[in-house]
Amino acid sequence: MLEILKQSNNPEICKPLVEAVIEKAKEFQQKFGRKPAFMEVCGSHTMALARTGVKQCLKEDVNLISGPGCPVCVTDQRSIDAMIALAEGEDRIICTFGDMMRVPGSNKTLLDSKIAGKDIRVLYSPVDAVKIAEENPDKEVVFLGVGFETTIPILTLMIGEAEKREIPNFSIWMTTKLVEPVLRFLLDAGEVNLDGFLLPGHVSIVLGEDSYQYLVDEYRISGVITGFETAEILSGIYKGIELALHEKIAIVNNHPAVVSKTGNQVIHQWFDKYLTECDEAWRGIGIIANSGLDLKPEYDQFNAKKRFTVHVGEPRKTKCRCGEVIRGLISPTECLLFGRACQPMNPIGPCMVSAEGSCAAHYQYMRESF
Amino acid sequence: MCVGVPAKVIKKMEYSAVVDVMGSQTTVGTIFVPEVALGDYVIVHAGQAMSIVDETYARESVVEWRKLIDARNSETVQ
Repeated sequence: MLEILKQSNNPEICKPLVEAVIEKAKEFQQKFGRKPAFMEVCGSHTMALARTGVKQCLKEDVNLISGPGCPVCVTDQRSIDAMIALAEGEDRIICTFGDMMRVPGSNKTLLDSKIAGKDIRVLYSPVDAVKIAEENPDKEVVFLGVGFETTIPILTLMIGEAEKREIPNFSIWMTTKLVEPVLRFLLDAGEVNLDGFLLPGHVSIVLGEDSYQYLVDEYRISGVITGFETAEILSGIYKGIELALHEKIAIVNNHPAVVSKTGNQVIHQWFDKYLTECDEAWRGIGIIANSGLDLKPEYDQFNAKKRFTVHVGEPRKTKCRCGEVIRGLISPTECLLFGRACQPMNPIGPCMVSAEGSCAAHYQYMRESF
Repeated sequence: MCVGVPAKVIKKMEYSAVVDVMGSQTTVGTIFVPEVALGDYVIVHAGQAMSIVDETYARESVVEWRKLIDARNSETVQ
C-alpha cells in the first residue's frame, strides 16, 4: 500500500503528467483562443501548487486562480480584532491553531499579546484544549474556532468531550466558514471567468462528491475533487481541462480513495447534534447568509460569544488587498504592498501569514518570476 | 492546513489509534472512522482520522496516471 501511495510524488509519473496537462491546455487554447482557467478552492491546494512547482510549470498554459480557501485569510478583520481583544481578558487561556498567532489585528497580534504575558497556547490537536480546561479550573479556556468543514468536526468533538466531562470553564469562539455559500457568492458575483473548480480534497471527505451537484445543476460549471499530492493535483487539472475542452459539465471525483459520494456520515451526525447555520462575515466580501456554523442554543454554555463581551472599534484601514486576492480578482503581485511593506516577517494582511495564504505561497516559492 | 500524507494504524484503542507517519508515531482520534482496522491508512486532520484510504481506488488512480502517460507516449511515437 505504501508503495502505491508514494507514486503520487514519483517524478517518473509527475513529469510526464505536467507535459500531458500542457498539451491538453494547448489543445484548449487552439480551440477557444485563450488559456483554460480554474480556481483552486482550498488554501492547501494553493500552497501545494506553489511548493511542488506545478503552478510555475503551467503558468504559460493554465490560469490557476487561488480562491477563498484559507480559513484565516477569509476571516474578516473585525473578527480577528475580536479574538485578539478576547485574549486581553484576565484569567483566560486562549488556545488556537498556529496560523492565527501572527495575523495582524488593527492594533496588535496574538503573538504580541503572548509576549506581553497573556496565556495563549498553540495546539496541533484542538481536543487538548478541553484537557487544559480540566487542568486549570480557575481559568476560562477558550479555543478560537476558525476553519472550514474539515476543522468544524473537531470543534464538535471538543464540545462533546467538554459536555461529557462536565467542564464548566471551556468554550469555543466560533467563526467557522462553509464552502458552498462562498462558491455561490463568487459565481453569483460573476467577477471571475472560470472553466471549473479544483474542489478541496479534505473538505470533500466531509461533504462527499454529491454535495457539489448544485455547481452543475444551477451554475453549469464543473468541479474536480482533487487531492494534495503532485500527481493528484496534475491529474485533477488534466480532467478539468478535458471536461472544458469537450464542453462537458460534471463533478468528477479525482480523489476516490478517500472521498465518497455522500461524505463522512458520522461527522454529519455530529454536525446535526451540535451545530446550526449562521451568517458569517468574510474578508473582502461582507456577510454571507448561512455561510457558517454556530453552536445550537442548547450549547450556549460552550459558546464563548455568549459568555464573553468583547468590544472592538472600526478596523484599521490599510492598503492590503487580501480581500481581492481571496476572491480571485488579483494575484498577490498586483498588490502594491506585496514583497515590499508586506513580507512574512512583517505581514500587513493574513494572506502573507497563513501557511495556506496565497501571498505567503507566492512569496515563498514563486518570487523569481516577478 | 490539509496534509495529504496518509498515516498507518499500528495500534488501535477504543476511540483512538497509534499511527505511523513516515516513521514518526503519534496518537490520533478515530471517532469519525469507527470501522478503522489495524493496518489501515487514514487521512488525519488536526489530530483526528477523517477517512480511511481505500486501497483499490488508490491503486486505480496510479493505473489511471500511467495509462494517461502511456497514451501520450504512443501518440508521440506515431
